[in-house]
Amino acid sequence: MSALIETRGLTRVLPAAVPVTLVEGITLAIEAGEFVAITGPSGSGKSSLLYLLGLLDNPSGGALAIEGRDTAGLSERERAGIRLATLGFVFQFHFLLPEFTVRENVEIPMRRLGKLGAAAMRNRSTELLGALGLADHLDKRPDQLSGGQRQRVAVARALANDPPLILADEPTGSLDTKNSGQVFAILDALVRERGKTVIAVTHDTEIAARASRRINLVDGRLAEN
Amino acid sequence: MRLILALALTHIRGRGRQTLVAVIGVALGVGFSIAMAALMQGGEDDFVARLVDTMPHVDITDEYRNARRQPAQDAFAVVHIAGLRPKDYRRGILTPTEAVAMLRAWVPGRLALSLKTQGVVRYSGRDVGIAIIGIEPQGEMKVSSLAKDFRQGSFTSLIAGGNNIVVGDRLAQRLGAALGTTVTVVSSTGQSRAFKIVGLFHTGTTARDEGEGYVLLKNAQILSERPNAINEIRLKLDDPNAAPQVARRAESQIGYKAMAWQEANESLLQALVIRNVIMYTVVGAILLVAGFGIFNIISTITHEKARDIAILKSLGFTQTDMRRLFLLEGVALGAGGSLVGWVVGFALCFALSLVRFELSGASVAQEITRLPLAWSIWHYLIAASFALVSAGVAGYLPARQAARLNPVDIIRGAT
Repeated sequence: MSALIETRGLTRVLPAAVPVTLVEGITLAIEAGEFVAITGPSGSGKSSLLYLLGLLDNPSGGALAIEGRDTAGLSERERAGIRLATLGFVFQFHFLLPEFTVRENVEIPMRRLGKLGAAAMRNRSTELLGALGLADHLDKRPDQLSGGQRQRVAVARALANDPPLILADEPTGSLDTKNSGQVFAILDALVRERGKTVIAVTHDTEIAARASRRINLVDGRLAEN
Repeated sequence: MRLILALALTHIRGRGRQTLVAVIGVALGVGFSIAMAALMQGGEDDFVARLVDTMPHVDITDEYRNARRQPAQDAFAVVHIAGLRPKDYRRGILTPTEAVAMLRAWVPGRLALSLKTQGVVRYSGRDVGIAIIGIEPQGEMKVSSLAKDFRQGSFTSLIAGGNNIVVGDRLAQRLGAALGTTVTVVSSTGQSRAFKIVGLFHTGTTARDEGEGYVLLKNAQILSERPNAINEIRLKLDDPNAAPQVARRAESQIGYKAMAWQEANESLLQALVIRNVIMYTVVGAILLVAGFGIFNIISTITHEKARDIAILKSLGFTQTDMRRLFLLEGVALGAGGSLVGWVVGFALCFALSLVRFELSGASVAQEITRLPLAWSIWHYLIAASFALVSAGVAGYLPARQAARLNPVDIIRGAT
């Protein structure tokens, strides 16, 4: 079986008068069930690489395959479909929709996918949020929650459609130590207990140390550890 | 699609005050254009109704549309005639009984015969030139609007026979005559007869109130020394809009010039067309301004919601979803505004319909008039659909912009 994510010479250059190279020549393979930490100094292209892997950005060169499927030449709609069903994002800021309740935020990706009925979606959102210790906050708005709680809601939303791959961009970057530890524990449990694959961009050395694999970037290139 | 709708409605609800402003903008646009259309259309209908009401729908006179052809013109291919002195034809509609019978057979409506001649009314040393119109009272009452304009007496007063005359109130005033006064009528042929005034009418049109006198047809024939002659047949049709066809057919049948009211008032009707163009331009401009309001609010929402767009796209929403979302928001605002606008328009029309005017001119009496308003479902539908279309366009441009936003730019900007 091929790797969950495979890249070959992945490159992203911002077109400008003086072109800016974000990442260059990234070749790697990530297997299902890995907890990968992408580390590196700021400006080294960690996030840019994650956005490329998450199909949020288009590479300028190189190839990217997700679940063995080459993503080059996919239409915008097909890429959105992969994001919807196969990928879950957690950003540094929670990025919840402020007008919707916690439960609605988690249900939005499910409704977009449209596989579950209303009752099933309700069950699933209750279960997901309950597992993350948010059972008492289902009908609150995001602004009524603490930072750590919001980030956990974001994790629940990323898991809404049960994607095999979770992409996290500095998931603990705006949290205190206690909440950071909590969020990390959740991500770690996803890998160990549910067989998910997590790719997390982080500059938190502690998290990086506990990941099953580290990818270090320097100036947009893979550095040998 | 229901999800997109839910998102759109949440965005709109989340922006309470802006939403209110946009909805009010559209509502005022729709409301005012409805009221405006009702007024303009009402004014036009009222004007045409008055026009149609006071005039015969088809007027057949003893004239020909084209000069009579000379026999030589029929006999030879090329003819040049110089110094022609046309023959004096007998005036009036020849064989009136036959013509009337032919028309009665098919014309959908009523008709009245009359003989119009010129004369002078003389009383207490004053002479006033008038048109003396000989009528058959029963027929005339069915055709002429004059029957409604009597101040004193009526056409029926003529039926009894004898030398009676009905004149306009202004004429009576000028002569110093009143109901019951006997005046002398002198015709253009020199015949002179005494007539008793048995009715006074007031149409509001000075030319008629001062210059018309109605007598029995027989009396008019005696005055003009033309026994059995008539020179005008007036038709009042069941459907005024059928007048041109009826006129054409009547003209081809009896040969005399038959003029439909539309033809007689061509320039007025043309003026109405111009009025309509102006009305729709103004109404369109109002709605266009409302459309800019929608454009504004959707643009603002798009900018403010850039983060949400990025989030939704990262969650797996497509560009099409985003475009639909914001387009829907525009259309929803347009629809909401249209609904409120219908209420505003209805209320405005109702308020306008309560306004009363007292028209007091130099005339003897005052007339109380209400604003003429036309109620038409079409005004509501046209205004609403225009608002919806402009809301759609106003929503589309920002929607397209929203769809194109690159989530990475926003996520980077936020972190």
